[in-house]
Amino acid sequence: MAFYDPIINVLGLREWCDSTVVKSDTPKSMAELLADAAGKDSVETAWYDIPFPSLDNLNQSCGAIDRTRDMTSGVEAVFLDIKDPLKTVLDPLTQPLSWLLDGSLYLFTHTPWWVLIPLVLFLSFKVTRSWPTVILVAATFFFFAFIDHYTYAVETLSIIFVCTVLCILFGIPIGILMSKNDWFQKINIPILDMLQTLPSFVYLIPLIFLFSVTESKLYGIAIMLYAIVPVIRLTDLGIRLVDKDIIEAADAFGMSKKQKLFGVEIPLALPTIMAGINQTIMMALSILVIASLVSAPGLGTLVLRGIRNLELGVGLISGFCIVLLAIMLDRVSKKALSRINAAQDH
Amino acid sequence: MTDNISNNIKISVKSLYKIFGPKPQSVLQAVKDGMGKPELMEKHNHVLALQDINIDMVDGEITVIMGLSGSGKSTIIRHLNRLIEPTTGEVLVDGIDVLKLSAEELRIMRQTKLSMVFQKFALLPHKTVLENAGTPLRIRGVGDEESINAEAQKWIDRVGLSGNENQYPHQLSGGMQQRVGIARALTSNSEVMLMDEAFSALDPLIRTVMQDLLLELQKDLHKTIVFITHDLDEALKLADHLVILKDGAIIQQGEPQDILLNPNDPYIEDFVSDINRARVLKVRSIMSEIEHDLPSNEENCCDFDDTLEDVIAHSEGEILKSYVVMQDGKPVGALHMKDLVKALVPRVSSTPSAKAS
Ligand SMILES: Nc1ncnc2c1ncn2[C@@H]1O[C@H](COP(=O)(O)OP(=O)(O)OP(=O)(O)O)[C@@H](O)[C@H]1O
Ligand SMILES: [Mg+2]
Repeated sequence: MAFYDPIINVLGLREWCDSTVVKSDTPKSMAELLADAAGKDSVETAWYDIPFPSLDNLNQSCGAIDRTRDMTSGVEAVFLDIKDPLKTVLDPLTQPLSWLLDGSLYLFTHTPWWVLIPLVLFLSFKVTRSWPTVILVAATFFFFAFIDHYTYAVETLSIIFVCTVLCILFGIPIGILMSKNDWFQKINIPILDMLQTLPSFVYLIPLIFLFSVTESKLYGIAIMLYAIVPVIRLTDLGIRLVDKDIIEAADAFGMSKKQKLFGVEIPLALPTIMAGINQTIMMALSILVIASLVSAPGLGTLVLRGIRNLELGVGLISGFCIVLLAIMLDRVSKKALSRINAAQDH
Repeated sequence: MTDNISNNIKISVKSLYKIFGPKPQSVLQAVKDGMGKPELMEKHNHVLALQDINIDMVDGEITVIMGLSGSGKSTIIRHLNRLIEPTTGEVLVDGIDVLKLSAEELRIMRQTKLSMVFQKFALLPHKTVLENAGTPLRIRGVGDEESINAEAQKWIDRVGLSGNENQYPHQLSGGMQQRVGIARALTSNSEVMLMDEAFSALDPLIRTVMQDLLLELQKDLHKTIVFITHDLDEALKLADHLVILKDGAIIQQGEPQDILLNPNDPYIEDFVSDINRARVLKVRSIMSEIEHDLPSNEENCCDFDDTLEDVIAHSEGEILKSYVVMQDGKPVGALHMKDLVKALVPRVSSTPSAKAS
């Protein structure tokens, strides 16, 4: 006899409980398995040993109550049911992401190195105006090329590039909306917290169900969901922190909302927004190895190979390359940021 | 001393109340029935910022609103361009009720009629001096870039910043930044300038220079200026009309000289007791009716607008003399040194008849 039997009887639920016959073919619960292993029929309990009224424990007294594993399979069933309609909506919507990722990958890998490297150096000079940074970029690229990791690095760079640009395109408007609307901010903050703290494997699972593993948008979405958070947060913060006196001046001189946004708020929030973009790039890079599990090309695949085949050297070198790439991207974006800061120091 | 009918009233504030808090309307009646600021805070947890404010500001004059920190000065000035909505009351600018304007009409009024100068300058840090000064015209969207810059440059030169137009605000000293703030307000070509403690962030020397600049500009431009300060010297120097505020209520307003000679409240007596009266009081405030039997030893000495200090210097310490006071070359009154000396000592208690306006 199970612990909660008397309570069920007192509550008059016996009939309802017995109306559902306990399925004998359902797998056993963990407690039952342990009890079996101990060679006992049922779990002996001392009088003070009150089992928590959990789903599994209640199920022993009342068959109508589902066990925990029934609940998890229920969740799975629900997900599988809505998967197809969800897919018909999401698939075409996200298709451009695959094209972008593939297109950019093609472009990056098919541009000859003697065109791409000078181009990258030129661009880094354009945004940083700092020779030491350009030299760092050059050294990094020559190192990659020298140890034959150039293609992997460029693939990684291409993915980071596409994902960061998209994060900026979506993240900044969302951040602006959040700064303008307290209600929208309240809804968004828990979602952002979740995206940031959820182990990336957890949202990879439903994504794998939704999209095929061979499609590039799968890893694109996985990276973006993770990396978009800082740029949204810091855009919101940056605009909220714009000097109240200056906003008041803008109002006092009769600026429209649009003039205020583009003429005052965004320019003054730019240093904070740029810090968000820097964080976004770093986050995208940090989830790259995990994205490689779902077929993202680049340096991450080498790290995975190192893990899978216990090829220590391959893993270490490619890991080092990722660090180098991170330092390079960080320095370039920070230098660009400090240029903006210098332009509007108070 | 009160504004006569021939004076044009540019801005008129009528029975304005402002209560900060979650439900201001619910406590308004209590305030109108005489509940004070501390009591309202304690009983209803609302801040009484302004109570029953009535001010008429005359076209082309400088109205100074003075009071200690927290007395509600900023709150009043922000009602004039409706940066703050009143709990109840009226604000008329050129006879138009600012509170009845639509959002669009309000924006246009702010762009064309009411400019503002701020205590902390509030310049755009990412724009040059020239661009900052041109902001009002750019907001309004009138004229091409060239004409905007020309207009902005004109006012930059006028406030004495020629040569700094391509610098950024952070490269300038506080005094220079506030000159840009004034140039910006002037570029908008508005008839009214609202100045909230515009010079309070500057050191005393620069402050005097800026006050002189403002007075000099005002001589040519005849703007209607609403100037806020907590400094009595500054108030007396600039004011045509002085409003003294305490805990959100006006305790006296009128001609500054009049307030100085006839303070109607111990609070104001305290305030004015530290002032150098000889430098502030003017001959016109203490002269007496011209007498027909002027003694022959009378000299023509002083102008209507001279300060007592000027007269003392002129008299070389003789306190038994009398003088004829001149205005535009004509005698308008007599000044007895005896009265002058009396006026130098602050009045201890005020007579009921001294209540101004
Ligand atoms: N947004 C607000 N919410 C609540 N109370 C406010 C708010 N703004 C002002 N107050 C209160 O209203 C009163 C008047 O404030 P105000 O800023 O007008 O004073 P002030 O005379 O300009 O002072 P200062 O010289 O310090 O600038 C103060 O008691 C202040 O606490
Ligand atoms: Mg103030």
